[in-house]
Amino acid sequence: MRLIRVMCSGRVDLEFILRAFTKGLDGVFVGGCEFGGCNYITHGNYDALANVYICKKIMSRIGLNPDRLRLQFMSGADGDLLAEVNDSFSKDIKAIGPLGRGEGEDGDLSTLMLKLEAAKLLVPYLRLVERERLRIPVKSEEAYVSFYTSPQFDALFDELVGSKLAMEQIALLLKKGALSTADIAGKLGLTPSEVSKYVNSASRYGFVKYDTDQSRYALA
Amino acid sequence: MDCTGCGTCVKYCPVEYPDPFNQNISKNKAVHVYFSQAIPLVAYIDETCLYLKEKKCLVCESVCQADAIRLNQSPEKVQLNVGAVILSSGIKPFNPAVRSEYHYGVFENVVTSMDYERLLSSTGPYQGEVLRTSDQKHPKKIAWIQCVGSRRVTPEENSYCSGVCCTYTQKQVILTKDHEPDTECTIFHNDIRAYGKDFERYFQRAEALPGVRFLRTYPTIVREIEGSKDVVIRYATTDDGVKEETFDMVVLSVGLNPPLNNKELADRFGITLNHHGFNQTIDENPMLTSRPGVFASGAFQGPTDIPESVFTASAAGSQCGTLLDYRRGDLAIERVYPEERDLAKQAPRIGVFVCHCGANISSVVSVPSSVEYSLSLPNVVYAQEQLFSCATNSAQEITDKIQEKKLNRVVIAACSPRTLEPLFRDTLREAGINPYYLEMANIREHCSWVHSKQKEEATAKAKDIIRMSVARANYLAPLKEFDLPVHKDALVVGGGLAGMTCALSIAAQGHTVHLVEKSDALGGMARRIHSTLEGMDVKAHLDGLIRDVYQNPQIYVYHNADILDVAGYVGNFVTTVKSDKGKQEIPHGAAIIAIGADVYTPTEYLYGQDDRVMTHLEMGERIAAGDEKLLAADHVVMIQCVGCRNTDRNYCSRVCCGHSIKNALKLKAAKPEMDIDILFRDVRTYGFREDYYREAADKGVRFIRWTPEDKPEVEAGVNEEGREVIKVTVTDPVLGQRLELSADILALAAAMIPAESTNEIAGLYKVTLSPDGFYKEAHVKLRPVEFATDGVYLCGTAHYPKHIQETINQAYGAAGRVLTLLSHETVVASGAVCEVTDENCISCGACITACTYDAISFRETPMGRKAWVNPVLCKGDGLCNAKCPTNAIVLKHFTNEALQGQIDATVIGPSILEQIDAAAMEAAMETH
Repeated sequence: MRLIRVMCSGRVDLEFILRAFTKGLDGVFVGGCEFGGCNYITHGNYDALANVYICKKIMSRIGLNPDRLRLQFMSGADGDLLAEVNDSFSKDIKAIGPLGRGEGEDGDLSTLMLKLEAAKLLVPYLRLVERERLRIPVKSEEAYVSFYTSPQFDALFDELVGSKLAMEQIALLLKKGALSTADIAGKLGLTPSEVSKYVNSASRYGFVKYDTDQSRYALA
Repeated sequence: MDCTGCGTCVKYCPVEYPDPFNQNISKNKAVHVYFSQAIPLVAYIDETCLYLKEKKCLVCESVCQADAIRLNQSPEKVQLNVGAVILSSGIKPFNPAVRSEYHYGVFENVVTSMDYERLLSSTGPYQGEVLRTSDQKHPKKIAWIQCVGSRRVTPEENSYCSGVCCTYTQKQVILTKDHEPDTECTIFHNDIRAYGKDFERYFQRAEALPGVRFLRTYPTIVREIEGSKDVVIRYATTDDGVKEETFDMVVLSVGLNPPLNNKELADRFGITLNHHGFNQTIDENPMLTSRPGVFASGAFQGPTDIPESVFTASAAGSQCGTLLDYRRGDLAIERVYPEERDLAKQAPRIGVFVCHCGANISSVVSVPSSVEYSLSLPNVVYAQEQLFSCATNSAQEITDKIQEKKLNRVVIAACSPRTLEPLFRDTLREAGINPYYLEMANIREHCSWVHSKQKEEATAKAKDIIRMSVARANYLAPLKEFDLPVHKDALVVGGGLAGMTCALSIAAQGHTVHLVEKSDALGGMARRIHSTLEGMDVKAHLDGLIRDVYQNPQIYVYHNADILDVAGYVGNFVTTVKSDKGKQEIPHGAAIIAIGADVYTPTEYLYGQDDRVMTHLEMGERIAAGDEKLLAADHVVMIQCVGCRNTDRNYCSRVCCGHSIKNALKLKAAKPEMDIDILFRDVRTYGFREDYYREAADKGVRFIRWTPEDKPEVEAGVNEEGREVIKVTVTDPVLGQRLELSADILALAAAMIPAESTNEIAGLYKVTLSPDGFYKEAHVKLRPVEFATDGVYLCGTAHYPKHIQETINQAYGAAGRVLTLLSHETVVASGAVCEVTDENCISCGACITACTYDAISFRETPMGRKAWVNPVLCKGDGLCNAKCPTNAIVLKHFTNEALQGQIDATVIGPSILEQIDAAAMEAAMETH
């Protein structure tokens, strides 16, 4: 466990978490104050909770075990709890295995890294989405947990983030060179029809063009 | 003066003698540093020195490189002319050797709690290992005996309660279980006096640990077992009669005695002591002694815990200030720093200082290899080790090296920035570089302390931590702090005893005070209290205070006041008050919250249904009024802990035991034949109040203990003579019997609860509450009158229930802190605040909604509407950074770049690997 000091758990940006994984770290731990235990009036731990829920969703979406991210609230006097939680988290991470390999990738992390990179690129958009559609007016743990574990959140996430995430991945993939629908599907673990759907809308926005000679897609 | 604290002389000194700092358990040298964090951290020579005794040796003189040994020094008499004196001579732990029954000093494994405290300490005799001196083995079964030297009327012992032993024992139990989880801990105790803030919870935590037994019984130390040197204790149990049990170690929880030479001290300063040997307290102002200009603070007022010591110290300081205000600043010398060099455009040149922290770090982490590793990191141009980086000479060394090696970033690998960051920032300023160029790598709390058993891994981790800090240091930027002017007025919320005392103390030093009271009269809860247990005439004192407040031309009182709005920040608040005087905006530099507490309205024990049932406060009022119905009663029953120490309110109201005993004594004085029963859970008459508890028992007041599992039952009924009474049924745990009491009057010790307006005021001044709903101070022990919010202070029962004397102490203490702020012309605001890059801002307002301090607003710029941060209001939490879609808002000192640099450095990136390889290659080339 290597610690990085931030002034509030709410300062832990989605980008920081994703970046840590792109650096090959196997787990990320976010520690914050207990609810209602904020020494200030900030109560940024609610933001941390929302961020962690959103991040876990992204992780499952890109094939990264969401248990690699853990959030724990504790007071400054809970040294023993911190030690206990760290020990159990380290144990869990060891059981999950090294990044990628624990997810069944055999040594080649390039696809996972590409997906993480795509997610990182979405962070500015995710911040807007969080503010406009995913923010809860009441600061209560119950309200947060019930919203972020509800089918309503799942649906909103699919609607707002799901396709964007896939398109970002396709765009990153095509940066390296033109590919066919089947290639894209194979690399990203999507079905060809999903790929066509995303590529069609991407070409409508003008990001991607279809090279009819080679039956391949390329960045516009 | 020349000593650098290097410790060489200590190493070579041939004389070993028992070390008093470690309770004579381990040895020290004749020349030694008093203890490892002593200030100043220099060696001194004891009388056991061979040269001083026999003019021999002089080894120390020959090995000292700094020529700092002065063996011919003689005592000097210095005359100081002062205007005031504060006596804070503290206490002396009770010495149990004076009573043979404790077998202290005879049985080797009977130790005092002070001995045990040293055994637990990492700078203790066995470096934090708890060992028996008899065989150097870990004790697996330890007993604590409470009230040793306290609450006893035997010769040489003290009749009072020392007030701190219950909780320090619980701390020792928790730490023991931390050290060795399978140690069996047994505590032989009388009442558990968990009367302080959060103490009830702390006791519950200790009690819930596995293998911990709290036994309420009187133990006797019987014998030492030959050979094993284990100790046998005999004690009575309710179920099995008298038992004997063997323990590996017995800790005597010794109480607090008056300071050494207290009589001499009193004679020399011409002050009076009380019969216990502490200062003769003047209830109306406990900081005073019998001689004007001589003040008392801390435990010299009587046995006391840390928070009370801290606020009486502040209070005594403040009263000296009142006396000497006219000379304020006469002897002050302004500190001049060298001019700051502009280094913003220079490439980073990082210096790394790795601290041994005595043995705290170096006994686990290899400091030399960490230094060597640091030198291999990019942009590190210098690295060295230091014994204590925080010592004065080490700070000087850092300053010198910054200048000599032209460093422009400094990484100190030592402890948590929470303790010493300000000190090291100052060190950088001394060297003429911006203080924000400092980065601390915490290799103590985050590494050596938690990985003491894995030395190699700990060293590797320390290197990782240093590497991450070095990476972050690259991104540090020079920041400017703000000087904010301080408005010289203060505003006190609440016109009770605390608020008035505080207001008068502040006004006495020439400041205008606005005293805001929600009702139409001053006095608060104290108006309902006629006298204290100690006999102070509360009404007379309160009348005097109210008169002084009204007559003071510098105090403005606002009656029937409502606070509508609070704006601003430390030194510059504006509070909008609606009162009898209309609506006003009051500018002020500091705010003091003294809104007091309320009394719980019982819903149990027939309260409100039967007029013979009253609260203890109501009973006090009726006694003072000479209520005939009350005095006609033959039998009065009092029930303690009504509405607290339960699941709804998990705290002790602290004052009720004393209050009920006061009522009982008054009733006994008026009508000696009256039967009085006090049904209690623990009698918490801590400190000198214990004497009144004993007096009550001597006068025939019966104390019957009840447990929360088996509460007293109350119903209206008739006694054997057919008289209408209140039947109170309770199980006596000593006798194991149900007792039926026929009371004419029932008094309930109703809990003190947070005042109704607590939440509202908290919201206005942006301060926080503790789990029990009282205000939460900045630090429960060390900053008991301040809030974490700068410029806002607290005192009185708004903080936690407390006795009148304690309230007065705290009110003066808060005044002291306020006066410290108001005596400055300016305050400095942190440079680590947010700033908006206008070009990137899309004026979406995400940051504005994220900020709870209203520090961000839109402002028109030549580029259109942009977010703008008021640096004075920004607290630097950086929440807005995580919300801004364009990264336009930047929290300085914790920028994305700096944090990401640190994240990236958690793993060794190729560039670092390459550098290490290159360095190795270079080294190899040189050797060939």
